Amino acid sequence: MAFKSEELAKAYWRENISLVLKLLVVWFVVSYGFGIILADVLNQITFFGFKLGFWFAQQGSIITFVVLIFVYVNRMAALDNKYEVHEE
Amino acid sequence: MDIQTLTFIIVGLTFALYIGIAIWSRAGSTNDFYVASGGVHPVMNGMATAADWMSAASFISMAGIIAFAGYAGSVYLMGWTGGYVLLAMCLAPYLRKFGKFTVPDFIGDRYYSQTARTIAVLCAIIISFTYIAGQMRGVGVVFSRFLEVDIATGVYIGAAIVFFYTVLGGMKGITYTQVAQYVVLAFAYLVPAIFISIYMTGHILPQTGFGATIAEGVPGGGEYLLQRLDGLSEQLGLAAYTEGVRSKIDMFAITCALMVGTAGLPHVIVRFFTVPKVSDARLSAGWALVFISVVYLTAPSIAAFAKTNLINTVNGPDLQGVEYEAAPSWIKNWEKTGLISWEDKNDDGRMFYSGDARNEMTVDRDIMVLANPEIANLPAWVVALVAAGGVAAALSTSAGLLLVISTSVSHDLLKRTLTPNITDKQELFWARVAAAVAVTISTYFGIYPPGFVAQVVAFAFGLAAASFFPAIIMGIFHKRMNSAGAIAGMVVGIVFTLAYIIYFKFVNPTANIPDNWLFGISPEGIGTIGMIINFIVALIVHKMTGDAPQATQDLVESIRYPRGSGAATHH
Repeated sequence: MAFKSEELAKAYWRENISLVLKLLVVWFVVSYGFGIILADVLNQITFFGFKLGFWFAQQGSIITFVVLIFVYVNRMAALDNKYEVHEE
Repeated sequence: MDIQTLTFIIVGLTFALYIGIAIWSRAGSTNDFYVASGGVHPVMNGMATAADWMSAASFISMAGIIAFAGYAGSVYLMGWTGGYVLLAMCLAPYLRKFGKFTVPDFIGDRYYSQTARTIAVLCAIIISFTYIAGQMRGVGVVFSRFLEVDIATGVYIGAAIVFFYTVLGGMKGITYTQVAQYVVLAFAYLVPAIFISIYMTGHILPQTGFGATIAEGVPGGGEYLLQRLDGLSEQLGLAAYTEGVRSKIDMFAITCALMVGTAGLPHVIVRFFTVPKVSDARLSAGWALVFISVVYLTAPSIAAFAKTNLINTVNGPDLQGVEYEAAPSWIKNWEKTGLISWEDKNDDGRMFYSGDARNEMTVDRDIMVLANPEIANLPAWVVALVAAGGVAAALSTSAGLLLVISTSVSHDLLKRTLTPNITDKQELFWARVAAAVAVTISTYFGIYPPGFVAQVVAFAFGLAAASFFPAIIMGIFHKRMNSAGAIAGMVVGIVFTLAYIIYFKFVNPTANIPDNWLFGISPEGIGTIGMIINFIVALIVHKMTGDAPQATQDLVESIRYPRGSGAATHH
């Protein structure tokens, strides 16, 4: 057991899950939400030559995915350090 | 110099580079053959993963399908990138901490069951076969064009090259070769896109040129590119480019199947065993997606440019049709492969492309990316470069997949299950035999493809989504899940999905229309339902059969934090 106590292990896992769930909500809203379900509504808005829903489906969601992973990497590194379970 | 000579030179040079690297780092031990001794930097690993990941489906086929499907083609863009988010957050770090070589190893150990392992091996083989069958078609398309032979001969030549290429090196050779392949394929994808973007819109970046106005001097000058494309589509009886032609539920299901499938594909997951640390596994997934995005953000631009150019060159700026006698050379070049054809229905000697009865052109979607530089009149070396990129994409993925198939047969099936006493040398021998069998079968599907490259590949994702993804997720996040539940889930999930695909694609292809589909979900998206069924069956069976043993639950606890990760082990 790398944790000092059972409680710390549980707390670490809880924080991990809550971080992942938050990021997955964004992941879902941007791709399935903006790109598919709400695409027709968002298509009423245009910027440059793009209809917004179409843009989310073809470019916006991909850009968001990249950002999400790097946010996750940084937050998890901080979490590992806080609970002292990072790798030596 | 003509296009063909230049193509030979450029493809030849890139080949010499890959083979050189493969020989230089030739696999010595079985350890090297499988996972490159766990010593690959995250950025390098990300780049190699990107090359491994972006197959003929991404490079050759995807932009072509988007060009013809417009908005509905977005499922491939979102589906094949969004899975990396799942992979980075829910799988990669934990599987790396677990520290085994293959997905069946994880399933077998986590579910403390030889049966679970064997079923996982069978699933891995089915998935990889389906995937590689799509690749062979892609390789065939490339070779048939630049050797100017028919598509079947192209497939034979491509298959032979893929086979010799894979048995030469193992994973280590492949990792460094794939870095080189990534550079070649990204360069080959971007260069023509940049050229075309400058010509059509004056924008250097194709990603922004896509949303810009068309340059003066080009048909439709001054209008927004996408607006013009919507207008042209309407006049030609096609669906508007930026609007849906696919039902929302099917879009949803296909995107989900592709995303979840990404996170369950054995040849992608195995990459995250090759990094030294758990934190590197997370970072590798991030870098992989960065490198993939370079191509995936360009693909929709290429699709829109290619579609506009195709209409301009076939129908002419006035949309009256261009005389066949005056047809540009790319049409005649591609006619030799049998992938493009013209039938003069109204005997006016003019070509016409449309979405209704006036249509006289049959264009295989899989040629769009390769033909694009020719359509846009780019210099011959750019055309040659794209061919080299296509070969790189198909080779890198085929090699990775063949490796999974040969590993599954020799390591998981023979060494771990049937004949535990074979030597390292015999194991390598059987690995190569398995690769040969896989190439032979996939050659057949390359010649008689059940769909366009990206569609066949989509089936592989559906199968992965319906089998591995739930088993791995529950293996990590539901520590009491037991072997009976996982096994039942995998079996029901993959059998259901496979049966649905086989029924609509092989048994009764004429019935393959939305009215007959379950909940209106196409065979490409059915993996989503397969996955849901897998989860439900597993949870119910688990309820009836009791929790996993305490030792297993402790094991699951220990993969949930990074500290104490060792190198991947061979048992």
